Amino acid sequence: MSSVPSPIRIARAERSRAAVLAEKALEALIRLSGVSAILFVAAIFFFVLKEAAPVLFSEGFSLGQFLFSTEWYPTSANNVRYGTFALTVGTLSVTALAMLIAVPFGLGAAIYLSEFCKPRLRETLKVVIELLSAIPSVVWGFVGLTVMSKLIVNATGAPVGVNVLNGGIILALMSVPVIVSIGEDALKAVPDSFREAGVALGATRWQLVYRVLLPAARNGLLAAVLLGVGRAVGETMAVLMATGHAVHIPGSLLDSVRTLTANIAAELGEAPSGSDHYRVLFLTGTLLFLITLVVNLTADFVVRGIRRK
Amino acid sequence: MAGRFAKTPHIARKEIAESVARSVFGLMSAAMIVPLVLIVGYLVVLAWPALSLEFLLDVPKRGMTDGGIWPAFVGTLYLVGISLLVSTPIGVLAAIYLNEYAKDNWFNRLVNLAVINLAGVPSIVHALFGLGAFVYAARFGYSILSASLTLAIMTLPVIIASTREALASVPMAFREACWNVGATRWQTVRAVVLPNSISGILTGVILQVSRAAGETAPVMFTGAVFFKAVQRGDLFPYGLGDQCMALSMHLYTLATQVPNVKEALPYATAVVLLGSVLLVNATAIVLRIWLRNRKKW
Repeated sequence: MSSVPSPIRIARAERSRAAVLAEKALEALIRLSGVSAILFVAAIFFFVLKEAAPVLFSEGFSLGQFLFSTEWYPTSANNVRYGTFALTVGTLSVTALAMLIAVPFGLGAAIYLSEFCKPRLRETLKVVIELLSAIPSVVWGFVGLTVMSKLIVNATGAPVGVNVLNGGIILALMSVPVIVSIGEDALKAVPDSFREAGVALGATRWQLVYRVLLPAARNGLLAAVLLGVGRAVGETMAVLMATGHAVHIPGSLLDSVRTLTANIAAELGEAPSGSDHYRVLFLTGTLLFLITLVVNLTADFVVRGIRRK
Repeated sequence: MAGRFAKTPHIARKEIAESVARSVFGLMSAAMIVPLVLIVGYLVVLAWPALSLEFLLDVPKRGMTDGGIWPAFVGTLYLVGISLLVSTPIGVLAAIYLNEYAKDNWFNRLVNLAVINLAGVPSIVHALFGLGAFVYAARFGYSILSASLTLAIMTLPVIIASTREALASVPMAFREACWNVGATRWQTVRAVVLPNSISGILTGVILQVSRAAGETAPVMFTGAVFFKAVQRGDLFPYGLGDQCMALSMHLYTLATQVPNVKEALPYATAVVLLGSVLLVNATAIVLRIWLRNRKKW
């Protein structure tokens, strides 16, 4: 370490006033950057809500209708309705299907990675997972629109291939990497002494997993699932392209839906700035912000729970 | 061989369960790899007729139904480059604060929560924020500047997380040795912590490039446009206040908005975008493995 200054030169008494001041300024900058994360989160909430706020107090708008009405006619000439319930159900149905697929596969793969496979294979699999999570959402959407929709039409005979099933599969593929990597961390966090105690009693790997590790890593695995949910709820481009464009409550897996995120992306370009429609889209954004905030905070508290123990 | 060492039914059951579990979990892991390979393979096969250097360097022609992707490609370079200039210093300094300065108190737990939440905010909400804050409130208009700033805030958690990890991997003893010879906290950071973690930080920056390059929604409403006339192969076609094309948005446009596109065109665009992102990520992974192997402690 030739770059380390000698102890004598860095003695405080010998440092010039300018050097001390520069250091103080730099440390202030470091603190400011540290706090910036809070500022940015607050700014996001503030600016999104600021654009949305006027409509909250405008004539003829009711929050109840916004949340629980299924009528979304933002551009109708004489019967304008801003009900997002169908969109919320769209988000929920696609997310639920995605989790139904991604949770078993994600946790299964996490268990395999952490407990069953050899180090070399594990490293390879982790690289694959990292690459999988790096695929941009617009590429996933494109895959849904082209490959997956053709497969679904061929397999089920549905008239259109962009629907709940398509979006669910695409979102599952997108959330699996999150679940695997956080889930594997959770399993790794279980102390080795737990494993040694199990092996000493003659347990097989599988017995060890479901009798010892799963209960011990329960909170971390739950957090992994929650973060997967957060990813799926917030995903925009992929669901915009893969779920079709029908604002209604889906009756089956092969119905097209629209999600909260996709709705903003689809209509923001057409809504004139400052119009009620534009503001309602920002209000939807505020709703999304709050949903993901709750999901992420819950995940964090759940994880913190294990650290305390 | 049913002798003294024959398995008891209990042991036999246990071993069957073990091998079933092993293969089920193994198959689940394999189920993640298969789609990656199939998807990439399928895209490349369909894109093959259009893929060439000419495709990269050429401009879109005949109402975007033919030609290349140069304006979009160079636009993405601009957006990523400028967003990096903004977010890397803030992100690295924030990570230094969190890892080297912050005491474990309620305020810093709040900062941590903010970073976690910033990472979880949906990309479309970032787009709304960029529109409200940069395009309108700051009056930057629909421009490269607005779009880059939006991207910068969006990718900030990536650089914070990876820099923190790099800083945390420097052993505590290194810092203690430095403090013991009378160095201040910042002198320790500059002389000991940063030199020993700079490559890890670099890996984080590379990952940030890939994340920023793939984002669509945040740039779609803040500065990226459907079409912008640019000279073929021109490296500096845009100014900070201009609107630009972006590769990710170009793929969305070709796939959903433009009628009668030449079949291979959107596939080729997808392959270029996916290829660039995976290449950048692979670079980061290789760098990380190389670093881990030459680590001395």
